[in-house]
Amino acid sequence: MKPEPEQPVISLRGATATLGSRPVLRGVDLAVHRGEVVSLLGANGSGKSTAVRSVIGQVPLTGGSVDLFGTPLRRFRDWARVGYVPQRTTAASGVPATVYEVVSSGRLSRAKLRWPSKADRAAVHRAIELVGLADRAKDSVNALSGGQHQRVLIARALASEPELLIMDEPMAGVDLVSQEILATTLREQVVAGTTVLLVLHELGALEPLIDRAVVLRDGCVTHDGPPPRSLGQHALPGHDHVHPHSDSEPVRTGLLT
Amino acid sequence: MEILETAFMQRALLAAVLVGITAPAVGIYLVQRRQALMGDGIGHVAMTGVGLGFLLSANPVWMAALVSIAGAVAMELIRWYGRMRGDMALAMLFYGGMAGGVLLINLAPNGSNSNLTSYLFGSLSTVSDADVVAICLLAAFVMLVTVGLRRHLFAISQDEEFARVTGLPVRALNLLIAVTAAVTVTVAMRVVGLLLVSALMVVPVAAAQQITRSFKVTFVLAVVIGTAVTLAGTVTSYEYEVPPGATIVLLAIGVFFVLTALAGPLARRRSRTLSEADAGAPAGCSVEAGGLPDGSRPAYVAKV
Repeated sequence: MKPEPEQPVISLRGATATLGSRPVLRGVDLAVHRGEVVSLLGANGSGKSTAVRSVIGQVPLTGGSVDLFGTPLRRFRDWARVGYVPQRTTAASGVPATVYEVVSSGRLSRAKLRWPSKADRAAVHRAIELVGLADRAKDSVNALSGGQHQRVLIARALASEPELLIMDEPMAGVDLVSQEILATTLREQVVAGTTVLLVLHELGALEPLIDRAVVLRDGCVTHDGPPPRSLGQHALPGHDHVHPHSDSEPVRTGLLT
Repeated sequence: MEILETAFMQRALLAAVLVGITAPAVGIYLVQRRQALMGDGIGHVAMTGVGLGFLLSANPVWMAALVSIAGAVAMELIRWYGRMRGDMALAMLFYGGMAGGVLLINLAPNGSNSNLTSYLFGSLSTVSDADVVAICLLAAFVMLVTVGLRRHLFAISQDEEFARVTGLPVRALNLLIAVTAAVTVTVAMRVVGLLLVSALMVVPVAAAQQITRSFKVTFVLAVVIGTAVTLAGTVTSYEYEVPPGATIVLLAIGVFFVLTALAGPLARRRSRTLSEADAGAPAGCSVEAGGLPDGSRPAYVAKV
Protein backbone atom coordinates (compact mmCIF):
# COMPACT_ATOMS: atom_id res chain seq x y z
CA MET A 1 0.00 0.00 0.00
CA LYS A 2 2.81 2.39 0.83
CA PRO A 3 4.41 4.02 -2.20
CA GLU A 4 8.16 4.14 -2.68
CA PRO A 5 9.71 6.58 -0.21
CA GLU A 6 10.95 8.72 -3.09
CA GLN A 7 7.61 8.86 -4.84
CA PRO A 8 5.69 12.06 -4.10
CA VAL A 9 2.04 11.87 -3.04
CA ILE A 10 1.20 14.73 -5.38
CA SER A 11 3.26 15.49 -8.44
CA LEU A 12 2.29 18.35 -10.70
CA ARG A 13 4.65 18.85 -13.65
CA GLY A 14 4.57 21.74 -16.10
CA ALA A 15 0.88 22.26 -15.46
CA THR A 16 -0.89 24.79 -17.66
CA ALA A 17 -4.58 25.66 -17.52
CA THR A 18 -6.88 28.33 -18.88
CA LEU A 19 -10.17 29.80 -17.73
CA GLY A 20 -11.96 31.02 -20.82
CA SER A 21 -9.04 32.25 -22.89
CA ARG A 22 -7.00 33.58 -19.96
CA PRO A 23 -4.01 31.46 -18.90
CA VAL A 24 -4.33 30.78 -15.16
CA LEU A 25 -1.50 28.29 -14.73
CA ARG A 26 1.62 28.80 -16.84
CA GLY A 27 3.83 25.82 -16.13
CA VAL A 28 3.48 24.98 -12.43
CA ASP A 29 5.73 22.32 -10.89
CA LEU A 30 4.74 21.08 -7.46
CA ALA A 31 5.71 17.95 -5.55
CA VAL A 32 4.25 17.10 -2.15
CA HIS A 33 5.87 14.23 -0.29
CA ARG A 34 4.41 11.85 2.26
CA GLY A 35 3.81 13.53 5.62
CA GLU A 36 4.47 17.05 4.35
CA VAL A 37 2.22 20.03 5.03
CA VAL A 38 2.43 22.37 2.05
CA SER A 39 0.63 25.68 1.78
CA LEU A 40 -0.13 27.45 -1.48
CA LEU A 41 -0.04 31.21 -1.10
CA GLY A 42 -0.63 34.06 -3.49
CA ALA A 43 -2.82 37.03 -4.30
CA ASN A 44 -6.36 36.67 -5.59
CA GLY A 45 -6.20 35.42 -9.18
CA SER A 46 -2.66 34.05 -8.84
CA GLY A 47 -3.89 30.55 -9.71
CA LYS A 48 -3.56 28.86 -6.31
CA SER A 49 -7.14 27.62 -6.22
CA THR A 50 -6.92 26.43 -9.84
CA ALA A 51 -3.69 24.57 -9.06
CA VAL A 52 -5.33 22.70 -6.19
CA ARG A 53 -8.46 21.93 -8.17
CA SER A 54 -6.40 20.61 -11.08
CA VAL A 55 -4.73 18.14 -8.71
CA ILE A 56 -8.10 16.52 -8.02
CA GLY A 57 -9.26 16.69 -11.63
CA GLN A 58 -11.80 19.50 -11.20
CA VAL A 59 -9.97 21.80 -13.62
CA PRO A 60 -8.75 20.21 -16.88
CA LEU A 61 -5.10 20.86 -17.67
CA THR A 62 -4.18 22.12 -21.13
CA GLY A 63 -0.63 20.87 -20.69
CA GLY A 64 1.62 19.05 -18.24
CA SER A 65 0.63 16.18 -15.98
CA VAL A 66 -0.65 15.28 -12.52
CA ASP A 67 0.15 12.12 -10.58
CA LEU A 68 -1.58 11.14 -7.34
CA PHE A 69 0.16 8.46 -5.25
CA GLY A 70 2.28 7.68 -8.31
CA THR A 71 -0.71 7.07 -10.57
CA PRO A 72 -1.57 9.41 -13.46
CA LEU A 73 -4.73 11.31 -12.51
CA ARG A 74 -6.61 9.91 -15.50
CA ARG A 75 -6.26 6.38 -14.13
CA PHE A 76 -6.53 7.26 -10.43
CA ARG A 77 -9.61 5.65 -8.83
CA ASP A 78 -8.65 5.29 -5.18
CA TRP A 79 -10.47 8.44 -4.06
CA ALA A 80 -10.97 7.20 -0.49
CA ARG A 81 -7.28 8.04 0.09
CA VAL A 82 -8.01 11.72 -0.65
CA GLY A 83 -10.00 14.04 1.60
CA TYR A 84 -11.13 17.24 -0.10
CA VAL A 85 -12.39 20.44 1.52
CA PRO A 86 -13.77 22.70 -1.22
CA GLN A 87 -13.88 26.47 -0.89
CA ARG A 88 -17.29 27.08 0.65
CA THR A 89 -18.85 29.41 3.12
CA THR A 90 -21.64 26.99 3.99
CA ALA A 91 -22.26 23.27 4.32
CA ALA A 92 -26.02 23.76 3.87
CA SER A 93 -28.20 23.12 0.80
CA GLY A 94 -31.86 23.59 -0.12
CA VAL A 95 -33.12 20.98 2.35
CA PRO A 96 -32.25 20.70 6.06
CA ALA A 97 -29.58 18.13 6.87
CA THR A 98 -27.88 17.23 10.13
CA VAL A 99 -24.15 17.44 10.75
CA TYR A 100 -24.06 13.63 10.80
CA GLU A 101 -25.83 13.37 7.43
CA VAL A 102 -23.48 15.84 5.73
CA VAL A 103 -20.35 14.24 7.18
CA SER A 104 -21.63 10.77 6.16
CA SER A 105 -21.43 11.69 2.50
CA GLY A 106 -17.65 11.86 2.91
CA ARG A 107 -17.68 8.15 3.77
CA LEU A 108 -19.24 7.13 0.45
CA SER A 109 -15.80 6.86 -1.15
CA ARG A 110 -15.22 3.85 1.13
CA ALA A 111 -18.79 2.58 1.57
CA LYS A 112 -19.59 2.89 -2.18
CA LEU A 113 -22.83 1.05 -2.92
CA ARG A 114 -22.93 -1.22 0.11
CA TRP A 115 -25.01 -0.57 3.21
CA PRO A 116 -22.96 1.48 5.75
CA SER A 117 -21.30 -0.87 8.23
CA LYS A 118 -20.64 -0.35 11.92
CA ALA A 119 -17.12 0.70 10.99
CA ASP A 120 -18.47 3.33 8.58
CA ARG A 121 -20.72 4.83 11.23
CA ALA A 122 -17.89 4.81 13.76
CA ALA A 123 -15.63 6.62 11.29
CA VAL A 124 -18.25 9.32 10.73
CA HIS A 125 -18.68 9.83 14.49
CA ARG A 126 -14.90 9.95 14.93
CA ALA A 127 -14.59 12.60 12.22
CA ILE A 128 -17.27 14.72 13.92
CA GLU A 129 -15.49 14.34 17.27
CA LEU A 130 -12.18 15.37 15.71
CA VAL A 131 -13.58 18.79 14.81
CA GLY A 132 -15.26 19.15 18.22
CA LEU A 133 -18.87 18.98 17.08
CA ALA A 134 -19.88 15.71 18.75
CA ASP A 135 -22.65 17.45 20.72
CA ARG A 136 -24.06 18.99 17.55
CA ALA A 137 -24.11 15.83 15.40
CA LYS A 138 -27.91 15.68 15.31
CA ASP A 139 -28.40 19.42 14.76
CA SER A 140 -29.22 20.93 11.41
CA VAL A 141 -26.21 22.52 9.73
CA ASN A 142 -28.42 25.57 9.19
CA ALA A 143 -28.12 26.31 12.91
CA LEU A 144 -24.31 26.50 12.86
CA SER A 145 -21.97 29.47 12.76
CA GLY A 146 -19.56 30.15 9.89
CA GLY A 147 -16.62 28.54 11.68
CA GLN A 148 -18.69 25.49 12.54
CA HIS A 149 -19.67 25.13 8.85
CA GLN A 150 -15.97 24.87 7.97
CA ARG A 151 -15.51 22.28 10.71
CA VAL A 152 -18.36 20.22 9.19
CA LEU A 153 -16.69 20.42 5.76
CA ILE A 154 -13.39 19.27 7.25
CA ALA A 155 -15.07 16.43 9.16
CA ARG A 156 -16.69 15.34 5.88
CA ALA A 157 -13.22 15.15 4.29
CA LEU A 158 -11.86 13.20 7.28
CA ALA A 159 -14.71 10.66 7.25
CA SER A 160 -12.97 8.47 4.66
CA GLU A 161 -9.82 8.42 6.85
CA PRO A 162 -7.72 9.86 4.01
CA GLU A 163 -3.94 9.77 3.64
CA LEU A 164 -3.97 13.06 1.78
CA LEU A 165 -5.97 16.15 2.75
CA ILE A 166 -6.53 18.85 0.13
CA MET A 167 -8.10 22.03 1.44
CA ASP A 168 -9.08 25.17 -0.45
CA GLU A 169 -9.13 28.17 1.91
CA PRO A 170 -10.39 26.28 4.96
CA MET A 171 -9.94 29.36 7.12
CA ALA A 172 -12.02 31.79 5.05
CA GLY A 173 -14.49 33.57 7.33
CA VAL A 174 -13.50 31.53 10.38
CA ASP A 175 -13.16 33.23 13.77
CA LEU A 176 -9.98 32.87 15.82
CA VAL A 177 -11.41 30.33 18.26
CA SER A 178 -12.54 28.07 15.41
CA GLN A 179 -9.16 28.56 13.72
CA GLU A 180 -7.46 27.22 16.84
CA ILE A 181 -9.78 24.19 16.89
CA LEU A 182 -9.10 23.53 13.21
CA ALA A 183 -5.37 23.87 13.79
CA THR A 184 -5.54 21.31 16.62
CA THR A 185 -7.53 18.91 14.44
CA LEU A 186 -5.05 19.30 11.64
CA ARG A 187 -2.08 18.83 13.96
CA GLU A 188 -3.48 15.45 15.08
CA GLN A 189 -3.85 14.41 11.46
CA VAL A 190 -0.32 15.49 10.61
CA VAL A 191 1.11 13.65 13.63
CA ALA A 192 -0.74 10.54 12.42
CA GLY A 193 1.09 10.86 9.10
CA THR A 194 -1.47 12.57 6.87
CA THR A 195 -0.11 14.60 3.97
CA VAL A 196 -1.69 18.05 3.58
CA LEU A 197 -1.90 20.49 0.67
CA LEU A 198 -3.86 23.61 1.44
CA VAL A 199 -4.60 26.98 -0.07
CA LEU A 200 -4.39 29.79 2.46
CA HIS A 201 -5.08 33.48 2.34
CA GLU A 202 -2.95 34.02 5.42
CA LEU A 203 -0.88 31.55 7.40
CA GLY A 204 -2.67 32.53 10.62
CA ALA A 205 -3.18 29.87 13.28
CA LEU A 206 -1.82 27.15 11.00
CA GLU A 207 1.61 28.76 10.66
CA PRO A 208 3.45 26.40 13.07
CA LEU A 209 2.20 23.37 11.12
CA ILE A 210 3.35 24.42 7.67
CA ASP A 211 6.54 22.70 6.42
CA ARG A 212 6.75 24.44 3.10
CA ALA A 213 5.08 27.35 1.35
CA VAL A 214 4.66 27.57 -2.39
CA VAL A 215 3.91 31.08 -3.60
CA LEU A 216 2.15 31.59 -6.91
CA ARG A 217 2.05 34.78 -8.91
CA ASP A 218 0.28 35.10 -12.27
CA GLY A 219 0.20 31.32 -12.66
CA CYS A 220 3.91 30.75 -11.96
CA VAL A 221 5.71 29.52 -8.85
CA THR A 222 7.79 32.37 -7.45
CA HIS A 223 8.81 30.79 -4.12
CA ASP A 224 9.07 27.20 -2.92
CA GLY A 225 10.60 26.79 0.48
CA PRO A 226 10.15 27.61 4.14
CA PRO A 227 7.07 29.69 4.84
CA PRO A 228 7.65 33.46 5.06
CA ARG A 229 7.62 33.68 8.87
CA SER A 230 5.01 35.88 10.48
CA LEU A 231 4.53 37.86 7.32
CA GLY A 232 1.80 35.87 5.67
CA GLN A 233 0.53 37.02 2.38
CA HIS A 234 0.59 40.69 3.25
CA ALA A 235 4.30 41.02 2.55
CA LEU A 236 4.15 39.18 -0.76
CA PRO A 237 4.64 41.11 -4.00
CA GLY A 238 1.50 42.12 -5.78
CA HIS A 239 -0.77 41.52 -2.84
CA ASP A 240 -3.75 43.78 -2.77
CA HIS A 241 -5.66 43.30 0.40
CA VAL A 242 -9.30 42.54 0.02
CA HIS A 243 -11.03 42.38 3.34
CA PRO A 244 -12.49 38.89 3.67
CA HIS A 245 -15.57 39.85 5.65
CA SER A 246 -18.64 40.92 3.76
CA ASP A 247 -21.06 43.43 5.23
CA SER A 248 -23.70 40.80 5.85
CA GLU A 249 -21.39 38.83 8.10
CA PRO A 250 -20.27 40.44 11.31
CA VAL A 251 -16.55 40.36 12.00
CA ARG A 252 -15.85 37.62 14.51
CA THR A 253 -13.00 38.45 16.79
CA GLY A 254 -13.45 35.78 19.40
CA LEU A 255 -13.85 38.47 22.05
CA LEU A 256 -17.30 39.65 21.19
CA THR A 257 -19.04 36.44 20.20
CA MET B 1 -67.36 3.50 1.74
CA GLU B 2 -69.48 4.25 -1.27
CA ILE B 3 -66.67 6.24 -2.85
CA LEU B 4 -64.69 3.01 -3.37
CA GLU B 5 -67.52 1.25 -5.18
CA THR B 6 -66.99 2.82 -8.57
CA ALA B 7 -64.11 1.42 -10.58
CA PHE B 8 -62.92 4.81 -11.77
CA MET B 9 -62.66 6.11 -8.20
CA GLN B 10 -60.62 3.06 -7.21
CA ARG B 11 -58.27 3.80 -10.08
CA ALA B 12 -58.24 7.48 -9.20
CA LEU B 13 -57.37 6.89 -5.54
CA LEU B 14 -54.61 4.41 -6.42
CA ALA B 15 -53.13 6.84 -8.90
CA ALA B 16 -53.40 9.66 -6.36
CA VAL B 17 -51.60 7.72 -3.60
CA LEU B 18 -48.79 6.75 -5.95
CA VAL B 19 -48.37 10.37 -7.01
CA GLY B 20 -48.44 11.57 -3.42
CA ILE B 21 -45.58 9.21 -2.59
CA THR B 22 -43.39 9.60 -5.67
CA ALA B 23 -43.57 13.33 -6.38
CA PRO B 24 -42.05 14.53 -3.06
CA ALA B 25 -39.59 11.59 -3.06
CA VAL B 26 -37.86 12.87 -6.18
CA GLY B 27 -38.76 16.52 -5.59
CA ILE B 28 -36.66 16.64 -2.41
CA TYR B 29 -33.46 16.15 -4.44
CA LEU B 30 -34.48 18.90 -6.87
CA VAL B 31 -35.18 21.26 -3.95
CA GLN B 32 -31.85 20.29 -2.39
CA ARG B 33 -30.08 21.23 -5.63
CA ARG B 34 -32.10 24.45 -5.77
CA GLN B 35 -33.75 23.34 -9.01
CA ALA B 36 -37.29 23.49 -7.66
CA LEU B 37 -38.73 24.53 -11.02
CA MET B 38 -37.13 21.67 -12.95
CA GLY B 39 -40.31 19.59 -12.56
CA ASP B 40 -42.34 22.33 -14.16
CA GLY B 41 -39.92 22.50 -17.09
CA ILE B 42 -40.20 18.75 -17.64
CA GLY B 43 -43.98 19.04 -17.33
CA HIS B 44 -44.07 21.40 -20.26
CA VAL B 45 -41.94 19.05 -22.34
CA ALA B 46 -44.28 16.19 -21.46
CA MET B 47 -47.01 18.13 -23.29
CA THR B 48 -45.14 17.51 -26.52
CA GLY B 49 -45.18 13.82 -25.61
CA VAL B 50 -48.94 13.88 -25.05
CA GLY B 51 -49.39 15.58 -28.42
CA LEU B 52 -47.16 12.99 -30.07
CA GLY B 53 -49.19 10.22 -28.41
CA PHE B 54 -52.39 11.56 -29.96
CA LEU B 55 -50.74 11.99 -33.36
CA LEU B 56 -49.39 8.43 -33.40
CA SER B 57 -52.46 6.96 -31.60
CA ALA B 58 -50.14 5.62 -28.88
CA ASN B 59 -50.75 5.64 -25.11
CA PRO B 60 -50.11 9.29 -24.12
CA VAL B 61 -48.66 8.29 -20.71
CA TRP B 62 -45.86 6.19 -22.23
CA MET B 63 -45.26 8.73 -24.98
CA ALA B 64 -45.08 11.56 -22.46
CA ALA B 65 -42.63 9.50 -20.38
CA LEU B 66 -40.34 8.98 -23.39
CA VAL B 67 -40.40 12.59 -24.52
CA SER B 68 -39.95 14.07 -21.05
CA ILE B 69 -37.04 11.72 -20.36
CA ALA B 70 -35.44 12.95 -23.58
CA GLY B 71 -36.10 16.55 -22.49
CA ALA B 72 -34.65 16.04 -19.01
CA VAL B 73 -31.54 14.35 -20.42
CA ALA B 74 -31.15 17.18 -22.93
CA MET B 75 -31.29 19.67 -20.08
CA GLU B 76 -28.55 17.81 -18.16
CA LEU B 77 -26.40 17.76 -21.31
CA ILE B 78 -26.91 21.49 -21.80
CA ARG B 79 -25.81 22.00 -18.19
CA TRP B 80 -22.55 20.07 -18.80
CA TYR B 81 -21.49 21.23 -22.20
CA GLY B 82 -23.44 24.37 -22.96
CA ARG B 83 -22.57 27.85 -21.95
CA MET B 84 -26.23 28.50 -21.30
CA ARG B 85 -27.30 29.38 -17.77
CA GLY B 86 -29.68 27.00 -16.03
CA ASP B 87 -32.62 29.40 -16.06
CA MET B 88 -32.24 30.03 -19.80
CA ALA B 89 -32.22 26.30 -20.52
CA LEU B 90 -35.35 25.98 -18.37
CA ALA B 91 -37.08 28.76 -20.33
CA MET B 92 -36.34 26.93 -23.60
CA LEU B 93 -37.95 23.79 -22.19
CA PHE B 94 -41.05 25.66 -20.99
CA TYR B 95 -41.83 27.36 -24.28
CA GLY B 96 -40.60 24.66 -26.65
CA GLY B 97 -42.52 21.95 -24.82
CA MET B 98 -45.76 23.90 -24.67
CA ALA B 99 -45.57 24.97 -28.33
CA GLY B 100 -44.73 21.43 -29.46
CA GLY B 101 -47.68 19.97 -27.58
CA VAL B 102 -50.22 22.42 -29.00
CA LEU B 103 -48.89 22.02 -32.54
CA LEU B 104 -48.79 18.21 -32.52
CA ILE B 105 -52.22 17.74 -30.99
CA ASN B 106 -53.77 19.96 -33.63
CA LEU B 107 -52.04 17.91 -36.33
CA ALA B 108 -53.61 14.72 -34.93
CA PRO B 109 -56.68 13.55 -36.91
CA ASN B 110 -59.12 13.68 -33.98
CA GLY B 111 -57.18 15.97 -31.69
CA SER B 112 -57.89 19.45 -30.44
CA ASN B 113 -56.78 21.63 -27.55
CA SER B 114 -59.65 20.25 -25.48
CA ASN B 115 -57.92 16.82 -25.44
CA LEU B 116 -54.93 18.54 -23.92
CA THR B 117 -56.98 20.05 -21.10
CA SER B 118 -57.32 16.79 -19.17
CA TYR B 119 -53.52 16.48 -19.21
CA LEU B 120 -52.93 20.12 -18.35
CA PHE B 121 -55.12 20.17 -15.25
CA GLY B 122 -55.55 16.49 -14.45
CA SER B 123 -58.72 14.50 -14.88
CA LEU B 124 -59.28 11.47 -12.70
CA SER B 125 -62.40 10.30 -14.52
CA THR B 126 -60.41 9.64 -17.68
CA VAL B 127 -57.74 7.46 -16.00
CA SER B 128 -57.88 4.09 -17.81
CA ASP B 129 -56.76 0.63 -16.67
CA ALA B 130 -53.78 0.87 -19.01
CA ASP B 131 -52.87 4.21 -17.41
CA VAL B 132 -52.99 2.63 -13.95
CA VAL B 133 -50.63 -0.15 -15.01
CA ALA B 134 -48.23 2.40 -16.48
CA ILE B 135 -48.44 4.55 -13.34
CA CYS B 136 -47.74 1.56 -11.03
CA LEU B 137 -44.66 0.49 -13.00
CA LEU B 138 -43.27 3.99 -13.21
CA ALA B 139 -43.89 4.65 -9.51
CA ALA B 140 -42.06 1.43 -8.58
CA PHE B 141 -39.06 2.63 -10.59
CA VAL B 142 -39.08 6.05 -8.92
CA MET B 143 -39.23 4.61 -5.39
CA LEU B 144 -36.47 2.12 -6.13
CA VAL B 145 -34.16 4.93 -7.23
CA THR B 146 -35.02 7.61 -4.67
CA VAL B 147 -34.94 5.30 -1.63
CA GLY B 148 -32.32 2.79 -2.77
CA LEU B 149 -29.76 5.40 -3.79
CA ARG B 150 -30.67 8.06 -1.23
CA ARG B 151 -27.16 8.41 0.23
CA HIS B 152 -25.61 8.90 -3.19
CA LEU B 153 -28.31 11.23 -4.46
CA PHE B 154 -28.05 13.18 -1.20
CA ALA B 155 -24.29 13.55 -1.65
CA ILE B 156 -24.41 14.80 -5.25
CA SER B 157 -27.32 17.14 -4.52
CA GLN B 158 -25.60 18.53 -1.40
CA ASP B 159 -22.22 19.30 -2.99
CA GLU B 160 -21.61 18.15 -6.54
CA GLU B 161 -17.91 19.03 -6.67
CA PHE B 162 -17.17 17.20 -3.43
CA ALA B 163 -19.16 14.18 -4.65
CA ARG B 164 -16.99 14.02 -7.79
CA VAL B 165 -13.86 13.93 -5.63
CA THR B 166 -15.25 11.01 -3.61
CA GLY B 167 -15.27 9.06 -6.88
CA LEU B 168 -19.07 8.85 -7.21
CA PRO B 169 -20.34 8.55 -10.81
CA VAL B 170 -21.82 12.04 -10.59
CA ARG B 171 -22.82 12.36 -14.25
CA ALA B 172 -24.65 9.05 -14.25
CA LEU B 173 -26.42 9.94 -10.99
CA ASN B 174 -27.39 13.38 -12.32
CA LEU B 175 -28.89 11.73 -15.38
CA LEU B 176 -30.70 9.28 -13.13
CA ILE B 177 -32.27 12.15 -11.14
CA ALA B 178 -33.31 13.83 -14.40
CA VAL B 179 -34.86 10.63 -15.75
CA THR B 180 -36.59 9.90 -12.43
CA ALA B 181 -38.01 13.42 -12.31
CA ALA B 182 -39.29 13.00 -15.87
CA VAL B 183 -40.92 9.68 -15.00
CA THR B 184 -42.53 11.23 -11.93
CA VAL B 185 -44.00 14.03 -14.01
CA THR B 186 -45.72 11.55 -16.29
CA VAL B 187 -46.97 9.53 -13.31
CA ALA B 188 -48.46 12.66 -11.80
CA MET B 189 -49.91 14.28 -14.90
CA ARG B 190 -53.18 12.29 -14.93
CA VAL B 191 -53.88 13.30 -11.35
CA VAL B 192 -52.68 16.87 -10.83
CA GLY B 193 -52.07 17.81 -14.45
CA LEU B 194 -48.90 18.96 -16.16
CA LEU B 195 -49.21 22.59 -15.11
CA LEU B 196 -49.35 21.74 -11.39
CA VAL B 197 -47.12 18.67 -11.28
CA SER B 198 -44.13 20.62 -10.06
CA ALA B 199 -46.16 21.84 -7.07
CA LEU B 200 -46.43 18.31 -5.66
CA MET B 201 -42.68 17.85 -6.05
CA VAL B 202 -41.87 21.05 -4.21
CA VAL B 203 -44.66 22.13 -1.82
CA PRO B 204 -44.70 19.02 0.45
CA VAL B 205 -40.91 19.30 0.79
CA ALA B 206 -41.14 23.01 1.55
CA ALA B 207 -43.88 22.32 4.13
CA ALA B 208 -41.96 19.48 5.80
CA GLN B 209 -38.73 21.42 6.16
CA GLN B 210 -40.44 24.14 8.19
CA ILE B 211 -40.33 21.83 11.20
CA THR B 212 -37.49 19.38 10.47
CA ARG B 213 -33.77 19.37 11.08
CA SER B 214 -32.62 16.29 9.18
CA PHE B 215 -32.86 15.14 5.57
CA LYS B 216 -34.27 11.77 6.59
CA VAL B 217 -37.20 13.19 8.55
CA THR B 218 -37.84 15.79 5.85
CA PHE B 219 -38.04 12.99 3.26
CA VAL B 220 -40.48 10.89 5.30
CA LEU B 221 -42.65 13.83 6.33
CA ALA B 222 -42.79 15.19 2.75
CA VAL B 223 -44.00 11.80 1.49
CA VAL B 224 -46.61 11.63 4.29
CA ILE B 225 -47.85 15.13 3.45
CA GLY B 226 -47.88 14.31 -0.26
CA THR B 227 -49.95 11.18 0.30
CA ALA B 228 -52.36 12.91 2.68
CA VAL B 229 -53.09 15.86 0.40
CA THR B 230 -53.51 13.75 -2.75
CA LEU B 231 -55.96 11.42 -0.95
CA ALA B 232 -57.88 14.25 0.67
CA GLY B 233 -57.85 16.25 -2.56
CA THR B 234 -59.13 13.35 -4.64
CA VAL B 235 -62.01 12.66 -2.25
CA THR B 236 -62.87 16.37 -2.07
CA SER B 237 -62.84 16.71 -5.83
CA TYR B 238 -65.23 13.71 -6.07
CA GLU B 239 -67.61 15.04 -3.42
CA TYR B 240 -67.79 18.63 -4.60
CA GLU B 241 -67.02 18.14 -8.30
CA VAL B 242 -64.01 20.44 -8.35
CA PRO B 243 -60.82 19.82 -10.37
CA PRO B 244 -58.52 17.38 -8.45
CA GLY B 245 -55.18 18.99 -9.34
CA ALA B 246 -56.10 22.43 -8.09
CA THR B 247 -57.70 21.00 -4.91
CA ILE B 248 -54.62 18.90 -4.11
CA VAL B 249 -52.19 21.76 -4.65
CA LEU B 250 -54.23 24.22 -2.57
CA LEU B 251 -54.42 21.66 0.26
CA ALA B 252 -50.63 21.22 0.09
CA ILE B 253 -50.13 24.97 0.30
CA GLY B 254 -52.53 25.01 3.27
CA VAL B 255 -50.36 22.41 5.02
CA PHE B 256 -47.32 24.55 4.26
CA PHE B 257 -48.88 27.56 6.02
CA VAL B 258 -50.01 25.52 9.02
CA LEU B 259 -46.53 24.03 9.51
CA THR B 260 -44.90 27.41 9.04
CA ALA B 261 -47.11 28.79 11.81
CA LEU B 262 -46.21 25.81 14.02
CA ALA B 263 -42.48 26.13 13.37
CA GLY B 264 -41.91 29.04 15.79
CA PRO B 265 -43.53 27.54 18.92
CA LEU B 266 -41.98 24.16 18.13
CA ALA B 267 -38.48 25.59 17.96
CA ARG B 268 -39.02 27.42 21.25
CA ARG B 269 -40.15 24.20 22.92
CA ARG B 270 -37.12 22.38 21.60
CA SER B 271 -34.77 25.06 22.87
CA ARG B 272 -36.42 24.90 26.34
CA THR B 273 -35.72 21.17 26.48
CA LEU B 274 -32.21 21.88 25.32
CA SER B 275 -31.58 24.49 27.99
CA GLU B 276 -33.02 22.22 30.69
CA ALA B 277 -30.68 19.44 29.60
CA ASP B 278 -27.84 21.92 29.59
CA ALA B 279 -28.63 23.40 33.01
CA GLY B 280 -25.05 24.46 33.63
CA ALA B 281 -25.10 27.04 30.87
CA PRO B 282 -26.43 30.47 31.74
CA ALA B 283 -29.83 31.18 30.22
CA GLY B 284 -29.14 34.77 29.34
CA CYS B 285 -26.17 36.86 28.36
CA SER B 286 -23.55 38.09 30.73
CA VAL B 287 -20.34 39.94 30.07
CA GLU B 288 -17.99 37.16 31.12
CA ALA B 289 -19.83 34.13 29.78
CA GLY B 290 -22.05 35.01 26.90
CA GLY B 291 -21.30 32.02 24.74
CA LEU B 292 -20.19 28.43 24.68
CA PRO B 293 -16.48 27.67 25.20
CA ASP B 294 -15.83 27.38 21.47
CA GLY B 295 -17.00 30.92 20.90
CA SER B 296 -20.29 29.99 19.23
CA ARG B 297 -23.60 31.28 20.42
CA PRO B 298 -25.78 28.91 22.42
CA ALA B 299 -28.25 27.11 20.18
CA TYR B 300 -31.30 28.44 22.01
CA VAL B 301 -30.71 32.01 20.99
CA ALA B 302 -29.28 31.30 17.55
CA LYS B 303 -32.27 30.79 15.32
CA VAL B 304 -35.98 30.17 15.57
